[in-house]
Amino acid sequence: MRKWCLVLLTTLPVLFSLVACGGPPSSTPGTSRLDTVKSRGKLICGVSGELPGFSFVSSDGKYAGLDVDVCRAIASAIFDNPDAVEFRNLNAKERFTAVQTGEVDILSRNTSWTLSRDTSVGLEFAPVMFYDGQAIMVKKDSGIKSLTDLKGKAICTQTGTTNEQNLGDQMRKLGIPYKPVVFEDINTTFATYAEGRCQGVTSDRSQLLSRRTTLPQPQNHLILDAVLSKEPLAPAVANGDSKWFDVVKWSIYTLINAEELGINSKNIAQFANSKDPEVTRFLGKEGNLGEGLGLPNDFAVRIIKNVGNYGEIYDRYLGPKTPFNLPRGQNNLWTKGGLQYSPPFR
Amino acid sequence: MSNNQQSNHPKLNLWRDVRFWRFAGQFLAVLIAAIVVAILWGNLNRNLQQLGIQPGFSFLNSQAAFDIGETPISYAPSDTYSRALLVGLVNSLRVMVVGIILTTIVGITAGIARLSDNWLVRKLALIYVEIFRNTPLLLQLLFWYFAVFLTLPKVENPISVLGVIRLSQNGLELPWIQFSPEFSTLLIGITLYTGAFIAEIVRGGIQSVSRGQWEAAASLGLKPGLAMRLVIFPQALRVIIPPLTSQYLNLAKNSSLAVAIGYPDIYLVASTTFNQTGRAVEVMLLIMTIYLTISLIISLVMNLFNKSVQLKER
Repeated sequence: MRKWCLVLLTTLPVLFSLVACGGPPSSTPGTSRLDTVKSRGKLICGVSGELPGFSFVSSDGKYAGLDVDVCRAIASAIFDNPDAVEFRNLNAKERFTAVQTGEVDILSRNTSWTLSRDTSVGLEFAPVMFYDGQAIMVKKDSGIKSLTDLKGKAICTQTGTTNEQNLGDQMRKLGIPYKPVVFEDINTTFATYAEGRCQGVTSDRSQLLSRRTTLPQPQNHLILDAVLSKEPLAPAVANGDSKWFDVVKWSIYTLINAEELGINSKNIAQFANSKDPEVTRFLGKEGNLGEGLGLPNDFAVRIIKNVGNYGEIYDRYLGPKTPFNLPRGQNNLWTKGGLQYSPPFR
Repeated sequence: MSNNQQSNHPKLNLWRDVRFWRFAGQFLAVLIAAIVVAILWGNLNRNLQQLGIQPGFSFLNSQAAFDIGETPISYAPSDTYSRALLVGLVNSLRVMVVGIILTTIVGITAGIARLSDNWLVRKLALIYVEIFRNTPLLLQLLFWYFAVFLTLPKVENPISVLGVIRLSQNGLELPWIQFSPEFSTLLIGITLYTGAFIAEIVRGGIQSVSRGQWEAAASLGLKPGLAMRLVIFPQALRVIIPPLTSQYLNLAKNSSLAVAIGYPDIYLVASTTFNQTGRAVEVMLLIMTIYLTISLIISLVMNLFNKSVQLKER
């Protein structure tokens, strides 16, 4: 009898604690993650942390890159502080669970927007930050010039990526048999390729360019011209929270719209007294665009002042002054022959 | 008499009846377990619903669309996820079965060598056991993969051993069969790691057999080798088998470290599946069930074996 009372007494607290932690606070209906972020005082942002140009810890110990600046822009919009972000390194396998469980507020990690991820994985994709395509890198001295030369060869790739599937699709279409060697860790993937186990390694072109700079002899590697797929890399949030999704979405559009209007972090002061209604509305001098988002009316000013516009960010991490020297191409504004386009701010 | 006693206390307070409490205790335990499961399940469903995901296993019938490096049974990317998982399972079983056989040989050899009269053999076995038992398996696997297999010569000019075995970055090639570097690494890694533990178990088992048995065997004129094989080892088995079972279980479970070196075992294929479908809970349940089943089978077989070598009391 006493024993049973003891069992009961020890199980009940466990039981209650389980009831108590019935889900993250954001899962309460009617509450948005925006409120959670505001009350926490900082944004939790899932990044790769392993990709120079996109997200990487630079020599001064700070996170830097295109993906990182998306988070800094959102933190600027909410807190007027680009440093109110806590970064979490996530690998390709962890990333979706981290969003689903609410461990991160936003995933900004060179993730390709696909239908199944949008629907069955429970994600909501924000505007595309980088239009990419999958490619294959080989050693220059291997004599491999095209996909057909890879017949029967081993190709390294990372698990859980669209790359793994696209490679399968393309090779099946062309009828080229090959041997996939799949790793969970991106560093292992490229180390194995560098050691010569694989004759090729496949990933998004931007990622290959980025990783090539970290290989022992970058000049010995060649990225084949063939584009295996389109890879629209976009930040993502969890499904079912349109208020939070709006904040993320329009923070990114702010970056693009600012470039369209020619406003950047250096010249933004000159626009303070602009008579252009489009500009005054965008910068929150007129109207109440911020209200609808649950943000202060000058959220765009905060973003541009702290991180700049899309073009500035691109040039900072991938432009001619960087080791990547990646032409804007598809990532240019729609007015300049690219695909970057922002819906109107009105 | 007992009848009489019961009728003497027709209104025995239920709360003081030990039989009632035995029953109530069981009932309560089941109830609590059921409530916990129900809460967790409800919580899971609620959270998934919020993300717009319907839990279920129907995704197993959709096209996998990814390729697998080693396919002992036929597989194409156009096959289903369940077929892909089956390929992974066969790959896992391949490593587990061969691994258990090899590790037993390595373990018993090293265990007996630990007790050898030959100083060099004894010390070499000691060094082997201490190194492999005291470093993490993951580290060992990465060592075998990067420092051994990937530093082998290119496929075009392999090292030839006795003209039969060919070693290159493409792995281990025998005239009739080829092992990929990933398979070879995993097999060597888990075999030597588990073998070190088994060596200690074997040594302990042999030392547990009393000195008198050696003397008795010697007095019958048996040479040490024969004495070990016919007298000592069969008796040591009784002590060896239960911990040996644990080591086999460890080997089976440790094979999931294949993921680190890119060998497409069940865990790696399951990871890919869960990543592409976003079905974390379902896939995790599935592979937990698979590993549980494998472990229970190993355990069952070893328990039967244990029964057969147990001392029969007469």
